[in-house]
Amino acid sequence: MPYEFRGDIAHADIAFDASGSTLEELFSAAAEATLKVMAEDPTAVRPTETVRVSLAEESLEMLLFEFLNELIFYKDARRLLLRPQWLEIGSEGVDSYQLQAALQGEEIDACRHQLDTDVKAVTMLRLSVHQVPGGWQATVVLDV
Amino acid sequence: MTTPAALKRIADTIWELPMSYKEGMLVPARIFASEKLVKEMDAGVFEQVCNVATLPGIQRYAYCMPDGHWGYGFPIGGLAAMDPGSGVISPGGIGFDINCGMRLVLTNLSAEEVLPRLHHLVDRLFARIPTGVGCHGFVKLKQDEFRQVAEQGSRWCLKHAYATHEDLEMTEEGGCFSGADASDVSVKAVERGFNQLGTLGSGNHYCEIQVVQPHNIMDAERAEAFGLTMVPNQVVIMFHCGSRGFGHQVATDYLKLFLGVMERKYGIKIRDRELACAPFHSPEGQSYFSAMKCAVNMAFANRQVILHRIREVFSDVFHKSPEELAMRMVYDVAHNTAKLERHTVNGRVKELLVHRKGSTRAFGPGAQGIPKCYDKTGQPVIIGGSMETGSYLLAGMSSGADAFFTTAHGSGRTMSRHEAKKQFRGDKLQHDMEQRGIYVRTDSFGGLAEEAGAAYKDIDEVVLTTELAGLSKRVARLVPIGNIKG
Repeated sequence: MPYEFRGDIAHADIAFDASGSTLEELFSAAAEATLKVMAEDPTAVRPTETVRVSLAEESLEMLLFEFLNELIFYKDARRLLLRPQWLEIGSEGVDSYQLQAALQGEEIDACRHQLDTDVKAVTMLRLSVHQVPGGWQATVVLDV
Repeated sequence: MTTPAALKRIADTIWELPMSYKEGMLVPARIFASEKLVKEMDAGVFEQVCNVATLPGIQRYAYCMPDGHWGYGFPIGGLAAMDPGSGVISPGGIGFDINCGMRLVLTNLSAEEVLPRLHHLVDRLFARIPTGVGCHGFVKLKQDEFRQVAEQGSRWCLKHAYATHEDLEMTEEGGCFSGADASDVSVKAVERGFNQLGTLGSGNHYCEIQVVQPHNIMDAERAEAFGLTMVPNQVVIMFHCGSRGFGHQVATDYLKLFLGVMERKYGIKIRDRELACAPFHSPEGQSYFSAMKCAVNMAFANRQVILHRIREVFSDVFHKSPEELAMRMVYDVAHNTAKLERHTVNGRVKELLVHRKGSTRAFGPGAQGIPKCYDKTGQPVIIGGSMETGSYLLAGMSSGADAFFTTAHGSGRTMSRHEAKKQFRGDKLQHDMEQRGIYVRTDSFGGLAEEAGAAYKDIDEVVLTTELAGLSKRVARLVPIGNIKG
């Protein structure tokens, strides 16, 4: 998967790097990493429910922050484990980014999903989204 | 680990980084640690405690406790007191898990009475207290009722027969921070949290059955005053949890709000976005203070309803009422809060906004705001160790004034969760712990591996350091025999 967990940042939290050739791939990889923190077997999460998300932020970092926070919100509010089934990111100028996504997943099943660690929040610690040769890279630290 | 060259030893357990260490520091940084603990601290601690020292209005020092480790914004184990008139309030100085805290409950049962039924007892606790990812609570509320919980905390529990008057008396601030206004909380925070009242959560949150072995009592007088000497090998219950998704969302909402106004509206520049802040007396600062209090109150109520359920389980298993089992609270302490308190600075008593993040208030004997019965002993301080190594009950000391009467909150991690998962296997750890007399139930073997004892600092060293630094006095070491974790 295009994400890698890191052990060298904030020992009580969970840090990962994500990458993708497009912003959409990058955000999807970050979502998959977040799902993996909560469910040992994310492949067991079936696409039985769909939630639509629409976000607008001034920076790509804040867009990623808000996007991952949506996944965390639905985990608590509706007990849904979700991943993007479809995702589109656009921009208007240099300080306006929009995200439209359809998130799919299902209600938490403690046995089948092999639950791992509850994610509390996305932190601002080392949060970054930047362009690299061949695509995009992000660093995220989750509070757990 | 390498400590900064500028780190100067002030006393056996006090280390200081001067204001010249980093541009913008308004006060020096002070770290309470033994030589061993300071050498184990990661570079992030020194970087972060010095970032805290740059926050407007900070008084005396930016502090880090002996269990300190790299967090976000403040280090975990962080403490900063701000002048409310000129200073700021920062969600990064409180944490996402607002009022994550500890509660210690007595029984009059001995280990000899409990051990034959330990598996059944732990299994029943595990079945009846929701744990783990996204769990929903056993207290079913409508969103409007939940807003009342957020404003009233444990007082709501008292009205709804989940608490006794004595429970409230034995909770910091009586289980309710006054001035909590639910209109300062987002709809999203309520939607996220209203169905989580009565949930433990996961990560380092747990409920543990512990034994007070006579040879582990270090201060007999205080141990008796705290109720730990009813029977030899007395069984007590310690649990650790917070404000769940509700508090996490409150912190997230205001972190984002503060990032938007901090520089644009108030001209405050900071070194780390996690230290986003607003002047305490600004509309945004006051709104966050009120919302934070709502999350504090939800956490008090969460621990209170869990206590109610623990009493029910013990009552069922031992066929006696909670009163017959003497299931009284020793105390409930908060870890992640900001509070207005009166402290002495430069010989003058003044009101300060004290941020504690992963640290514990530890008021000494005679302090205002602690239960009358602890007037001579000081406030009970509950410090949870790792699930393998044991925990401590301590007491606040009169000598704690230099650190605004604050002490450590736990062992403090030395190994990342990622590394711990690579080194340990949850199922093997569970088996090994049972061989050593600790029966653990969990939904998550991965989560269990992350909490292995070897991933934490030496709890004995941490609490001894707090005592040598004059922050909190050891009363008794508590040995685990059963644990449920998320």
